Amino acid sequence: MIEPLVTIRGLCAHYGSVKALDNITLDIRDNEFFALLGPSGCGKTTLLRSLAGFEAPTAGTIYLAGDDLLAMPANRRPVNMMFQSYALFPHMTVERNVGYGPARAGVPRAEVARRVAEVLETVGLAGLANRRPSQLSGGQRQRVALARAIVNRPRLLLLDEPLSALDRNVRSQMQTELKRLQHDVGITFVIVTHDQEEALSMADRIAVMSHGVVQQVATPEDLYRSPANRHVAEFIGRSNIFEGEAEPRGLRVPNIGILPGHGEGSYLVVRPEDIRIAPRGGLPSPVLTGTVVDSQFSGGTTVTSVIPDNIETLSRQPISVTQPGFPTFAHNTAVELAWPSHSAVIVA
Amino acid sequence: MNPGTNTAAVEKNRSVAWPGSARKRRLGWLWLPLVVCLLFLYVPIATVVAMSFNGGNSALHFQSFSLRWYPAFFRDADMVRALLSSLTVALSAAAFSTVVGTLLAVGLVRYARSTFLDSLAMGPAIMPDIVLAIGLLAFFTLGGIPLGLTTITIAHAAFGVAFVVAVVRARLVQLDRSLEEASEDLGAGRSATFLRVTLPTIAPAVLAGALLSFTLSLDEFVIAFFTNGPTTTTLPIAIYSRVRFGITPEINALAAMLLVLTIASVIIGALAIRRTEKE
Repeated sequence: MIEPLVTIRGLCAHYGSVKALDNITLDIRDNEFFALLGPSGCGKTTLLRSLAGFEAPTAGTIYLAGDDLLAMPANRRPVNMMFQSYALFPHMTVERNVGYGPARAGVPRAEVARRVAEVLETVGLAGLANRRPSQLSGGQRQRVALARAIVNRPRLLLLDEPLSALDRNVRSQMQTELKRLQHDVGITFVIVTHDQEEALSMADRIAVMSHGVVQQVATPEDLYRSPANRHVAEFIGRSNIFEGEAEPRGLRVPNIGILPGHGEGSYLVVRPEDIRIAPRGGLPSPVLTGTVVDSQFSGGTTVTSVIPDNIETLSRQPISVTQPGFPTFAHNTAVELAWPSHSAVIVA
Repeated sequence: MNPGTNTAAVEKNRSVAWPGSARKRRLGWLWLPLVVCLLFLYVPIATVVAMSFNGGNSALHFQSFSLRWYPAFFRDADMVRALLSSLTVALSAAAFSTVVGTLLAVGLVRYARSTFLDSLAMGPAIMPDIVLAIGLLAFFTLGGIPLGLTTITIAHAAFGVAFVVAVVRARLVQLDRSLEEASEDLGAGRSATFLRVTLPTIAPAVLAGALLSFTLSLDEFVIAFFTNGPTTTTLPIAIYSRVRFGITPEINALAAMLLVLTIASVIIGALAIRRTEKE
């Protein structure tokens, strides 16, 4: 097995009496695009800042390629960070901002200039070397921050909510670009985000965090298809969740019987696109019956909301069903729902 | 990169100039109290400047235009000595206050985070001068320190530090902490970070603090009067002892020159601040 680049073992951090990180154990592989995903206050930023050296964990270890990272001060770690605010030095030009790292490392002036020019080329900012941060657009500033963070060729690049300050159009463009860049420069990226779409679309693997605990580490597909627990299922994508008791054939629910599914636990997760919907009597083996309350067309797909008979979802919201094409059900239509056992998972 | 964004930025800058005239339009009849306030503030100052060009010997009756009181001041050995003493005291006190006050502010904001320590550091700026004066006099006498320009300098530095702390602290609090973190992240140590990132970004506030402590020391009377030695004198004390026998046009000329000096330093400060802010 390949040795991971970063090994985090039993990491704990406290703010006063609040546990920000609770016994975090995590491996990050070399050359990986790794995302820390979770709602605000889940500890993802504390974990990132612990890697950078701006937080002192109270217990646990972090090793980077065999070196004890916690024993090194921030300025000695082979780790660079791109800050959420970009933190560009306002009194320096783009060139001096980007050259700041190499210059501090004692790289000769000509070599600094060469590296800066090269990295500005990589991020598509050649020609703006003499501008000041105040003369740049948001997207350009972000590229400068990125250039400054990769010019030192760190073993690990940390990105703190890198796209949150950008508007929608620039954001999706930068998502693609970050992914390409990570591939080109061959540096391990660790990105912190609260935006699941961002994490799902960019990361090779994602750690879902909540309340200072890592809930699950998996590829985007696995997170979506087999969430480790109810928290992950709720956080990743849209889902319909029912509570009951696991049995070999599915989840036993009072008044209804057995909902098809597989796995162990007391919550059944079924994704909107896995549910088949038809008018009453239209399905060979219906699982639930219900009434349509709403049908919304959202370009290519239609989301239908169904209030089921004799059962409630965990969130007490209608069941949502996604189908390709135009809405076919009027308000108050009596419908039947069904899903195959293999596409619904039972979790703790 | 994109020419469109450049023009947009220029447009934005241009629109910044507009609120001024919009404000003027919205002022309405309020211009009247505004003008009265400004007259109240500046008529006395204008009087001093006008009377300094008086050719006659009276400081109160304008007779003819003359510049004769300006060279006359510089022929007055006592006054020139007092001016030089004041400048020495003000420069030394300002230099000390700026260095110590800036470091103290950085320490308070970055490492201490205590409202109590903050108020303690800025206390001398709010405290009545007379309290500080009596306290310092008692302190110097008890410590057996001979009174003179040195004691005035120490005394002025004591409240100068407080003003520098107040100004620099306000700027540091606003400063994005991640600038310093970014510097450390990129491999700079604590001192390199302070010199290359923190200091340049707070430079306008440091300069403002320096100018403030300089001008406050230059015209400080109460504390200087108490901590002054028998053989030395600063400008405000020298002027006061003259004025007791009536204001002379020479004093008006001095006041006008001090005014020019102050305005010049304020303009220099403002220009420096604008330049650093642009960057």
